[in-house]
Amino acid sequence: MITFEHVTKRYPDGTVALDDLSLECPTGKTTVLVGTSGSGKTTAVRLINRMVEPTSGRVLIDGTDVRSRQPEQLRRGIGYVIQQVGLFPHRTIADNIATVPHLLGWDKKKARATALELMERVGLDPALAKRYPYQLSGGQQQRVGVARALAADPPILLMDEPFSAVDPVVRSELQQEFLRLQADLDKTIVFVTHDVDEAIKLGDRVAVFRIGGHLVQVDSPERLLAAPADEFVERFLGYDRGFRRLSFLDAKSLQLSMPDTLELTGSAEQARATVAGGGPVLVVDDARRPIGWLIRSRVARWPDRSALVPIGHTFRPDTDSVRAALDSAVLSPVGVAVGVDDEGAVVGAISHDEIAEAIRPPTAEIGPS
Amino acid sequence: MDWQWAADHVDDFAEATRSHLYLALMPVLYGLLISMPLGLLCVRFPKLYPPVFAGANVIYALPGLALIVLLLDITGFSNWTIIIPLTLYTLVVLVPNIVDGLRSVPDPVRQAATAMGFGELRRLIQVELPISIPYVMAGLRVATVSSISLVSIGVLIGDDFGGLGVFFIDGFQQDFMTPLIIGVVLSVALALLADALLVLVQRLLTPWSRTRRDRPAAQLERVGAA
Repeated sequence: MITFEHVTKRYPDGTVALDDLSLECPTGKTTVLVGTSGSGKTTAVRLINRMVEPTSGRVLIDGTDVRSRQPEQLRRGIGYVIQQVGLFPHRTIADNIATVPHLLGWDKKKARATALELMERVGLDPALAKRYPYQLSGGQQQRVGVARALAADPPILLMDEPFSAVDPVVRSELQQEFLRLQADLDKTIVFVTHDVDEAIKLGDRVAVFRIGGHLVQVDSPERLLAAPADEFVERFLGYDRGFRRLSFLDAKSLQLSMPDTLELTGSAEQARATVAGGGPVLVVDDARRPIGWLIRSRVARWPDRSALVPIGHTFRPDTDSVRAALDSAVLSPVGVAVGVDDEGAVVGAISHDEIAEAIRPPTAEIGPS
Repeated sequence: MDWQWAADHVDDFAEATRSHLYLALMPVLYGLLISMPLGLLCVRFPKLYPPVFAGANVIYALPGLALIVLLLDITGFSNWTIIIPLTLYTLVVLVPNIVDGLRSVPDPVRQAATAMGFGELRRLIQVELPISIPYVMAGLRVATVSSISLVSIGVLIGDDFGGLGVFFIDGFQQDFMTPLIIGVVLSVALALLADALLVLVQRLLTPWSRTRRDRPAAQLERVGAA
């Protein structure tokens, strides 16, 4: 556990980077520090490995003040990843990864074996081991950065905007990779970002900072979205906060119903008969995979495929969140989300009205009039 | 060209070449030894750099002849009288190149090194100096070539102190072009050879920066294409 006890950092020019910060980062969990620039997140992280010394207050690791330890020794036990990666341009990828093992005086063979093993672990082809950093893409370099931080298996990992400099597709890949790695490793991670989505996706706990180094709120992502402490947090989380919160509700909780269906091979007669029911009819193939919607105004064109209205995207009631289901309903031209199983066969459907009804807070929460 | 004369004096040329190299390269070595700590200090204490740089420039502006005459009183008729001025002249390229080299180390690299537990000395030796090699080598190339071409002024204090320069004087004095031409050709050849060697050494030392050098060229091409 990393503990900040009333930590203040004031620079000689009078700027206050952190103002009386008290925060606990639990062991084996990811604590995300999020906030605008100038809110002291980076300073907070650097206090942990003594790259910055506090003006007052203490930072403790498992109860021991970090300042009781020699900085170089302390840092070798704390992984550190930064946005610009900072790989050593003059060393090969394998040597870059083995930096801390070399510093710790590990046997060369062991250090090298560890480097190769870590390359696989972070999703890098071990054939890159002998390359130099300039020969790698930005995403690959950041993977090397993560591998380098993990090399000596430190219990603590500090990550300062590690995924901010790569494009959105690579960022999303790296985030997935991060979650997968963390599920295996259970490191105590302090992760800095200015991206609320990233904070909510990666954090077990999210700490929101405001300019001037004030910690405003610490909570689980779910609680944060449900109950922002003040207007600042609310605005910072953005106007889709309510929508984002649905990510934490399982689509399992939704009551699906089976829509009227029509086989692709269905005749014009059958089509007219089913459509007569009123609602849109889901056309499915022989494996009951959804193909499109048939609505009354277009039934005359059936069995020509141009009669069909596209379904948009489907969702998986067993694994997806309510957010995915709602998104699917919103994007559907007929306003109905189609749920499928792992083989793509229809298991049910739900309209956005029904989803809206399901997620409406109970009347009790609205309070007396 | 009197080839017969040249053939008769091969030994003289060999001896003069050897002494030319010695008198030219020792100053580069001493220059490097002086500018390394000086450059480090200038990076550590940035206020030091402007006066140091100005000082090196002023020394470079001093006429070589005046310096040599001045030194004659102190060091007399010895190699030092030529090695010392040439050493001082190398500083004007070596110090700025070492400073630029160390400043070229990207800040994130320095931070990452610190955060991984490098002490300052280890960081300097294992990270900062290796990364500044391309700059230091560029300085060494200029210093070496200029030192090789400057050595010949040493003949002003005596035949033994100017390397190949002795043949320039001989040639003029006797209105005999052969030694002059051979001396000049050898001196230029030495400079080019030394430069080529340094380029080779740099390539071997910095396999990691090869394409980096190619990058600006690639950008130019793109601009040209547009």
